Amino acid sequence: MSAVGQLGATTTAAKPTPPPQRSGRRLTAYLLLLPGGLWLLLFFAIPLVSLLAASLYDPNGSIENGFSMTWHWQNFGDTMADYWRPFVRSLWYALITTAFCLLLGYPLAYAIAIKAGRWKNLMLALVIAPFFTSFLIRTLSWKLLLSDNGFVVDTLKWLHILDEDGRLLATTSAVVTGLTYNFLPFMVLPLYASLERIDTRLIEAGQDLFAGPITTFRTVTLPLSMPGVVAGTLLTFIPSAGDYINSQLLGTPKQRMIGNDIQRLFAAGAYPAAAALSVTLMAAIVVLVLLYIRRAGTEDLV
Amino acid sequence: MTSDLVLTGISKQFGAQYAVQQLDLTVPSGTFFALLGPSGCGKTTTLRMIAGLEEPSSGSISLGEQEITRLRPYKRPVNTVFQNYALFPHLDIFENVAFGLKRRGVKDFKPKVTEMLDLVELGTFGKRRPSQLSGGQQQRVALARALINRPQVLLLDEPLGALDLKLRRQMQIELKRIQTEVGITFVHVTHDQEEAMTMADTIAVMNAGVIEQLGSPAELYDLPATTFVANFLGQSNLIRASIIGRAEQNLIVEVQGRKVTVPLPRCRVTEGEVWMGIRPEKVFLAAAGTEQSNGVNQLRSAVVTDVSYVGVSTQYLARLPWDQELTVFEQNTGARGTFAVGDEVDLHWQPEHTFVLDAEQDALAGVEDIDDPGGAG
Repeated sequence: MSAVGQLGATTTAAKPTPPPQRSGRRLTAYLLLLPGGLWLLLFFAIPLVSLLAASLYDPNGSIENGFSMTWHWQNFGDTMADYWRPFVRSLWYALITTAFCLLLGYPLAYAIAIKAGRWKNLMLALVIAPFFTSFLIRTLSWKLLLSDNGFVVDTLKWLHILDEDGRLLATTSAVVTGLTYNFLPFMVLPLYASLERIDTRLIEAGQDLFAGPITTFRTVTLPLSMPGVVAGTLLTFIPSAGDYINSQLLGTPKQRMIGNDIQRLFAAGAYPAAAALSVTLMAAIVVLVLLYIRRAGTEDLV
Repeated sequence: MTSDLVLTGISKQFGAQYAVQQLDLTVPSGTFFALLGPSGCGKTTTLRMIAGLEEPSSGSISLGEQEITRLRPYKRPVNTVFQNYALFPHLDIFENVAFGLKRRGVKDFKPKVTEMLDLVELGTFGKRRPSQLSGGQQQRVALARALINRPQVLLLDEPLGALDLKLRRQMQIELKRIQTEVGITFVHVTHDQEEAMTMADTIAVMNAGVIEQLGSPAELYDLPATTFVANFLGQSNLIRASIIGRAEQNLIVEVQGRKVTVPLPRCRVTEGEVWMGIRPEKVFLAAAGTEQSNGVNQLRSAVVTDVSYVGVSTQYLARLPWDQELTVFEQNTGARGTFAVGDEVDLHWQPEHTFVLDAEQDALAGVEDIDDPGGAG
């Protein structure tokens, strides 16, 4: 909405422009906003309101008999009492996933941005390449890859890294691995964008001013790449907290995430409970993100 | 602090290309030393090798007693003022200047930083970010950030390149003042001959990876050793000539049938074909046949082909009978008459202003390109 304000301000500030043209321009600005605004209204604002409303419906309603709005705030408490475990698990998995993505993604993004030279474009293409296949198919491939009779498990058993009855599929590791794999590009790309912009002379300046490689990284490179770190962690944490595909395909009910329960409740027609869980998850993520951004310091994160 | 910077046989190869070739250089402690040359001549590579940001392919660098050839940059008592300054954008001015002291674990760095900011007249700017400062102020921060560490050698990589002309002049004087005040060895890389001549005690003129000539600004200008130096440092008229004899301490040089003399110490070669050089402001014009040739070198029957009045002086082009045009600067003192295009003139100059160079060298070496931004001067 700030774009509207700015456009309005510049047009009114432009004194020499004759009035008819000015109002015409303003109209154009609004017209240009119309498609995006409509889109937001139809596919964001209305669904959000309906979700919020559904979370307060009478939980005794059903699809056949319809739901009535009873401002049933207890939905939130009731669902959390039942589902706090998968809820906490989701946030926990998302946190580990984000940490792994950062650990794997930072060196990769650094290598692409600063060390790759003429391989830069190829490496970037390889990071993006998985997007050419559906998310679902790629996760299913992991299922094959980690399956009990698969090559990976056989090899690990042969090397005695895995017990005879050990397995990879249907474990927490498998779910987190899947999540990490799926969301890694969302970490790498903003990190790359941020690192690529760093003037390498600043790194040289650090070395020139008595900072060894580690100190230079800590005092120069890392602070300058913080915008990428914040963007990357958000883009990884938020979707992985709500994900249910990885848990569904690579895990067991023991690895159930909140997304699985929401999906199951919706499928079963328990709209109020599903909506209440969704709203709680959304609110929790918004609060966490706000706290995080405040801590990371956004003043220079442009 | 008495530690000379000595480069011995330094070479740097990038692939098959030599950026710097067999360079020997001694920079005496406490001097203001300039490495002057066109872009791509290897001067910045040399500087980066001294800083430790580039490793020499061969040769050695030492500072006083200490050999520093392979020492990591953060272990050298050398600091750099980078081209375009490379100030840390995420730190304020105070933190930028304090950076080096903090890394070396200097306690109580605050008064030192304040003092240094005062020296560069930025005492009140400590809390600002680099992006909030003008180019000249950023330049001074970069200088302060390097100087505060009291390096044995301060390296300056085209430090004034990003400033406008007026500010550049001002900073030249300022830099020289600071250098005299702190007494640290300054090694200054530039393509701007005026900048080098204004500030440096000693200039090394570099071209294609080698040092063409080293000396004080006056020495280099007065007696260039190569055609490159003759053309890169100021302007020169180079005339094809041949040495035909010797008279006491002078050599007799024949130019298109006319004989002129050159003192022996001013000749880089003493026989055969040569380039005879003369600076434009050392040549005088006289209306044809009005002056005697008693003891001066003279070339007769030239025609003025171009006159440009530039205030302090008038620049003439005079075409000699063999179709070569010489540049002549006449001071506009008002004591001598001026000439117009088409006037017949004689040219004369003192023998001790002539220099003689090897005819093997390219007479156009070091002539600055029109689009070279460093052409001022």
